[in-house]
Amino acid sequence: MTVTATRETPAPPAPARKPGGSGRRRAWATRAPLLPALVFLIAVTQLPFVATLVISLFDWNSLKPEKRHFTGLSNYASVFTDEALRESVVTTVVLTASVVLVSVILGLAFALLLDRTFFGRGFVRTLLITPFLLVPVSAALLWKHALYNPEYGLFNGALTWFGDLFGIESVAQPEWTSQMPLIAIEAALVWQWTPFMMLILLAGLQSRPAEIMEAARLDGAGPWQTFRYLTLPHLRRYLELGILLGSVYIVQNFDAVFTITSGGLGTANLPYTVYETFYRAHEYGLASAAGVVVVVGTIIIATFALRVVSSLFREEASRA
Amino acid sequence: MPHPRRRRPPLRGRACAATAALALLATGCAGAGGTSFGGGDALNVLMVNNPQMVELQKLTAKHFTRRTGIKVHFTVLPENDVRDKISQDFSNQAGQYDIATISNFELPFFAKNGWLHPLDDYADADAAFDQEDILEPLRESLTAEDGKLYAQPFYGESSFLMYRRDVFEKQGLTMPPKPTWQQVADLAARTDGAERGMKGICLRGLPGWGEVIAPLTTVVNTMGGTWFTKDWEPRLTAPEFRKATKFYVDLVRKHGELGAPQSGYAECLNNMTQGKTAMWYDATAGAGSLEAKGSPVKGKIGYVPAPVDRTESSGWLYTWAWGLQKASKKSDDAWKFVSWASSKEYEELVGSTSGWSNVPAGKRASTYAHPDYRAEAGAFADVTERAISEADPWNPGTQPRPTAGIQFVGVPEFTDLGTKVAQEISAAIAGRQSVDAALAASQKLAEKVAEEYR
Repeated sequence: MTVTATRETPAPPAPARKPGGSGRRRAWATRAPLLPALVFLIAVTQLPFVATLVISLFDWNSLKPEKRHFTGLSNYASVFTDEALRESVVTTVVLTASVVLVSVILGLAFALLLDRTFFGRGFVRTLLITPFLLVPVSAALLWKHALYNPEYGLFNGALTWFGDLFGIESVAQPEWTSQMPLIAIEAALVWQWTPFMMLILLAGLQSRPAEIMEAARLDGAGPWQTFRYLTLPHLRRYLELGILLGSVYIVQNFDAVFTITSGGLGTANLPYTVYETFYRAHEYGLASAAGVVVVVGTIIIATFALRVVSSLFREEASRA
Repeated sequence: MPHPRRRRPPLRGRACAATAALALLATGCAGAGGTSFGGGDALNVLMVNNPQMVELQKLTAKHFTRRTGIKVHFTVLPENDVRDKISQDFSNQAGQYDIATISNFELPFFAKNGWLHPLDDYADADAAFDQEDILEPLRESLTAEDGKLYAQPFYGESSFLMYRRDVFEKQGLTMPPKPTWQQVADLAARTDGAERGMKGICLRGLPGWGEVIAPLTTVVNTMGGTWFTKDWEPRLTAPEFRKATKFYVDLVRKHGELGAPQSGYAECLNNMTQGKTAMWYDATAGAGSLEAKGSPVKGKIGYVPAPVDRTESSGWLYTWAWGLQKASKKSDDAWKFVSWASSKEYEELVGSTSGWSNVPAGKRASTYAHPDYRAEAGAFADVTERAISEADPWNPGTQPRPTAGIQFVGVPEFTDLGTKVAQEISAAIAGRQSVDAALAASQKLAEKVAEEYR
């Protein structure tokens, strides 16, 4: 892993400089204050990663210390042949993609509504942001007990109340988490992440140049056309940012899976599986190998996703 | 005039930033720190954060340190973290902790690895401790293969059946003094819906080797099944194991609590307290909470031994016990602490300061003869004591076993195996797969573990 960035597009022509070292010196003078931060970043993020790489080459069960030995890449072979891990890869992809997609769409809808002026806007905005401010574990607990619980949860309580309203004796009382475990977790995560997307997109909406919007209106563009040809291209970067940050965070989500289902019913995602390998199975080597595979996989997917998204938008921009 | 477009940062750089964040995740395995280590003469104790231990922490300075002059520093962590930290510290023999709470599950392999200090000499020389008073099954389960004692129990528990006496009376039902599982299933069908929102029985369904697997394994034992034969042949698809699992899953699905795949000990305790279930088969430790002050079902509950099928008894056995690290240089002082924390005197102290229901019970015969304890915990005291006394970790079923353990198999791999099997069983309880499919998958997992021991 290198932190050097290769340039894809040729840099704009630099202003002509006098040949000599003064330019370079000045460049270093501006970089120097940032160096300690870079060194610190490498020390706290990359060194532990190197340690993980080394541990992943050992067969190491903490309860059998006398049997610890170097095994080369056999842990990686186990990772790729392990059914539970393969399933958790699929679960992670499904969970992340669906949560990010739904939160972006909902976030965009809320952002567009909040972009208008109406009475009590500040209050509504605060209410909408609240879920994101909740500690993830407590949000998961809230969903597990206060909402999903089939006996005293709000959902089934509401169903019963409706039933009483219309005089139905036995209302259906679904066991939400058992019948749709993955959807239950996704719903809780969407509820937490929609405000995050909304905030980013709202910032984007409010940075639209007012005179251009005005011009579009005078030229007779309808609200849909304005949205399609002006707002959406303008929001491109904000959408990309939301999707990227959201994916990075939700891939790592542990709290909801751990709390709501304890990884049962096919909801174990990668972080949860790695946790189980480390804490329950005490297989340090195998857990490290799985962690490394997660990192590599995420880099590949993140890069690929970004390319797709940005190329789409580039087409849009050229057509517009 | 078009705005000059800022050049976008190249992709690879951004992917790397994301990677750096993920690398942190992958290596996120730093232990919880924050312990202040005392001087050369202070003891360091690492223990699980159960209420009884927290109580002990409060009482130590005022009573133990004042009398002996030995300072004690506690590190208190949740169960999963404490197990991990203990195995790290003990496996390296770092000697950072002199004493730790271990259970009868870890004891055999900790002792085998030479991580624990044998306690026989200390116990023999300490007449006041009265080693003979410790209940036999606990003493045995804390004795390793070499015949030496390696830990002293702080409290012990078994499992039994709790039921609502008032509901049974109203329905005109009687609970047999020693019920069989078939009788319990019939009673569950009869009490299902006895009151609005009341189910027949609460049984754990939450994935985890310490959750659904514990009660399920006791049912397997009494119906003639076993995880492994004496020669490490996995028997999860054998007819007896299948019969027991089918029985358990069917009973939960038909007359058990709603949301069973997410219900563990805590959820069932809640259901029983709130009057959502007529019966509950679980740990004897649950009774203390049900009979506590302010519990709406206090005094309404009857207690009978764990239901059986082909065996005489089927209660499990579990204990949190004090182990002394071999590398510790302060084992004499450490014994003094253990001897005090597990003493009759300490039980008296807790009884007089915060009530007898909070006493770390289930380890001494004398506790159950104590008039004050009987006055407060009489409803379940005798059943608990009998359950613990009848537990036989070496022979819990109908065939010889490769290791000791009633509701678990005594090998390090069981934490992982048990949890993975639990997820299969949990999915069967949720109706997402058949019991046969769950057991076929589990058998494969058990086969992998057995290979290492054959």
